[in-house]
Amino acid sequence: MRVTQGTFSFLPDLTDEQITAQVQYCIDNGWAVNIEFTDDPHPRNTYWDMWGMPMFDIRDAAGVMGELASCRKVYGDRYIRISGFDASHGWESVRLSFIANRPANEPGFGLERQEHDGRRVRYSTRAYAAQLPEGERYS
Amino acid sequence: MASPLPLKAVPPGAAAAPAAPGAVDLRADFEASGLPEIFDQLDREMVGLAPIKGRLREIAALLLVDRARQRFGLAVGAPTLHMSFTGNPGTGKTTLALKMAAILHRLGYVRRGHLVTVTRDDLVGQYIGHTAPKTKEVLKRAAGGVLFIDEAYYLYRPENERDYGQEAIEILLQVMENQRDDLVVILAGYADRMDRFFQANPGFRSRVAHHIDFPDYGEEELLEIGERQLESMNYRFSPRAKAVFAQYIALRRGQPHFANGRSIRNALDRARLRQASRLFQREDGALSVDDLTLIEAEDILASRVFAGASDRETPS
Repeated sequence: MRVTQGTFSFLPDLTDEQITAQVQYCIDNGWAVNIEFTDDPHPRNTYWDMWGMPMFDIRDAAGVMGELASCRKVYGDRYIRISGFDASHGWESVRLSFIANRPANEPGFGLERQEHDGRRVRYSTRAYAAQLPEGERYS
Repeated sequence: MASPLPLKAVPPGAAAAPAAPGAVDLRADFEASGLPEIFDQLDREMVGLAPIKGRLREIAALLLVDRARQRFGLAVGAPTLHMSFTGNPGTGKTTLALKMAAILHRLGYVRRGHLVTVTRDDLVGQYIGHTAPKTKEVLKRAAGGVLFIDEAYYLYRPENERDYGQEAIEILLQVMENQRDDLVVILAGYADRMDRFFQANPGFRSRVAHHIDFPDYGEEELLEIGERQLESMNYRFSPRAKAVFAQYIALRRGQPHFANGRSIRNALDRARLRQASRLFQREDGALSVDDLTLIEAEDILASRVFAGASDRETPS
């Protein structure tokens, strides 16, 4: 099952050229570009690991793309996303975020039903991949 | 091609004839690229340096011709634009590097046209494993622009074989070779030391296409530089002060640690200082705009250069 989250998530995966254009858009707007990765695809997992520092002082997307390439080299089997953080007053939040890399095989999510008082049922989702310890999930 | 390029056929200012199919109008290209303004600005703002200005025009011409060739599908070797600027201190290397970034940007060879100026400190780390991230950080910042490495020979310290400079050099070489379209590297430094640096690092010599040597300024040029600097700060010489300053330049040039344009700037800064205290000590209160902008001969004559203290390190 293909995980969709962030901007452009229902489009086919972005090519490197398209990613470059998006990154350049972030830079031109003065947003700090971040590269994050994770191997826990749960939608409520908002805190991904950062690859290096947020990139505040870059003028051209080529610098970010170099970092993305080296992140892919190490964590090519995980989800990698790129986000643009707007530090200006009043925003102070992520303005754009999209997935730039995903595992070759995404097993998807299982629905768990927990029976509860008085025939009530609680639902939760669990990523099949997350049943393995971190680091072994997609390799 | 059958017809010669109409480079000379269109005189400047004439209405540009529509280029025949299969022809390309280099002059129109030149006008459209916005380069004339930059070259005009260069001529206006930088005194002398004729060989360098000529060299810049050559480079610009090559890049324009390459672009035209590309349009016809002719083979274009990706130009290597890395340069080395050698010359004595204060001969305008950094200023020209800034202009270079603008020129390359106009020609479309760098995408952003910003200049990142670094020295050894910014590239080389202090302990093992510190250098590579530092150098890469700088390269990331310079991507799409021009990386200007001032006093590049400090990167290489042959006397210490465990010096981390070598690591920075290797990363630089790799990027200079593989990411030629991402950034242009300009190395700068004093001529003799740069020569030794290139001898010790043949990889650099072969990857740097343009070796540009900055000559020292002549006395008239230095005087003109001084006047322009004053003008930009809204000051001016009195006629006598100008003559005295010409003398000052002649004397100062013979002294050690003369740094061309920079020495001139420092001398002017000190003259402004003396002018300020002269005005401050004046008895009659009211000062006109003229008083505030005029540098008098005495402001310059007070310099120690005239006192014959030629062996001092920093004449004031």
